[in-house]
Amino acid sequence: MDTEKVLQISHLEKSFGTHEVLRDIDFTVNKGEAISIIGPSGSGKSTLLRCVNLLETPTGGNIYYHGKDITDAKMNIPSYREHVGMVFQNFNLFANMTVLENCMTGPVTVAKKSKKEAKELAIKFLEKVGMEQYINAKPRQLSGGQKQRVAIARALAMEPEVLLFDEPTSALDPQMVGEVLSVMSKLAKEGMTMLVVTHEMAFAKEVSDKVIFMADGVIVEEGSSSDIFEHAKQEQTKEFLNRFHTTV
Amino acid sequence: MISEMNFFERIIYILQNYGISYLKGAGTTLLIALVSTAIGCVIGFAVGIVQTIPVDKKRDGIGKRFLLGLVKVILKAYVEIFRGTPMIVQAVFIYFGLSQMCNIQLGMWQAAFLVVSINTGAYMAESVRGGIISVDPGQMEGAKAIGMTHVQAMLKVILPQAFRNIIPQIGNNFIINIKDTSVLSVISIVDLFFVHKSVAGALYTYFESATIVMCIYLTMTLVSSRLLALWERKLDGDDNYELVDVMDIGNQMRVSGRGRA
Repeated sequence: MDTEKVLQISHLEKSFGTHEVLRDIDFTVNKGEAISIIGPSGSGKSTLLRCVNLLETPTGGNIYYHGKDITDAKMNIPSYREHVGMVFQNFNLFANMTVLENCMTGPVTVAKKSKKEAKELAIKFLEKVGMEQYINAKPRQLSGGQKQRVAIARALAMEPEVLLFDEPTSALDPQMVGEVLSVMSKLAKEGMTMLVVTHEMAFAKEVSDKVIFMADGVIVEEGSSSDIFEHAKQEQTKEFLNRFHTTV
Repeated sequence: MISEMNFFERIIYILQNYGISYLKGAGTTLLIALVSTAIGCVIGFAVGIVQTIPVDKKRDGIGKRFLLGLVKVILKAYVEIFRGTPMIVQAVFIYFGLSQMCNIQLGMWQAAFLVVSINTGAYMAESVRGGIISVDPGQMEGAKAIGMTHVQAMLKVILPQAFRNIIPQIGNNFIINIKDTSVLSVISIVDLFFVHKSVAGALYTYFESATIVMCIYLTMTLVSSRLLALWERKLDGDDNYELVDVMDIGNQMRVSGRGRA
């Protein structure tokens, strides 16, 4: 097992004013791992993910990317984000661009690739998510599941080392959830390093190498998929999972 | 004699003798409105963009934050002053102020462009700010998440949409400017309204001349709003899109490349 540390989160804290959302969060993301973060709503999962991409500024602790502290004020955030992509609950596609342009603009503007190279990259990843037919469509013309697949292709086109997924299926109709999850499973199988905040317990159980259970701003328990789903040690974890067992 | 003519005869008489003057006046009005709206938009974009620059307390130095804060206060004052006073007073204030305090004697065109541009800029600044805010903030996050800087995200993602959102405002301002240049006659700018005043004063035909001028103004504004509507429709593009034949872009992925469940 390759255990190169990509991300190391250490004593991470985040408060909004006096409201503490995250307390003393510690975990490591190794290369090639797919990690699911599960837990009740309001437990701080999304905030944690947004802190990892510095869309929220942590109020304490450190995040190391290959040993470099990205919470340091001198750190170049945009160049860090090139390597750590993010997929959002609400897709956040660029409404003024076509599907193809959405996937090309990162490689061209940020990675300074030629138009031709960027187009090849974009099409390669649009094919991966099964959206290559729609390159001329605008986001508003697509369904939710299609939008999310394009958003995944857009993130992939930056050829990131890590991909963060912030509840990628929560805004989708049940019949569209599957198409997005199958893309994500494929990525995980190909060895993409992924950090996924999700309410899809089946996905967390089947696909992840590691599962983190959070509640009230702390990590309650973490371990392999079977550690959490079959042999959970903490009462809170068992209680949370019990509510899902009927559906899993 | 003109005093013995009826309404229509008078109008024909005026048009025969002064038609060219009216057209020249209308041309001046249109040119001032066009140029000043364009410059006003540039000012408005500059001010609106600066007003929406975010500050990061942790990463930005105190010097940068202070400077940005100061510039924002100055720009806010500019917007409030020029939105909050009548353009007719601004024209007098700027024209005579520059001459008296700075010894600068503005020509007719310079004075007109300056006053109307500054005034339009103040209105456009708020429109641009609104246009920027109205773009879903998620798109800014989406842009940042693929490594764009604030400037790149603004140029590629936010401003094109903000621009599209405020085209109706630009059109509005243009139409307002066509009408409001009439106040520039106080600093002797020979626009359409100035021509009207001269002709009406010479012939004592206020009603007839006003009728002509009303028609000219209305024609200019109606044509402008039609053209703007066409432009907007063109910018929105087609509502349909073509599915691309997958054969063209990669045969090998055709079967395996689908992610659908």
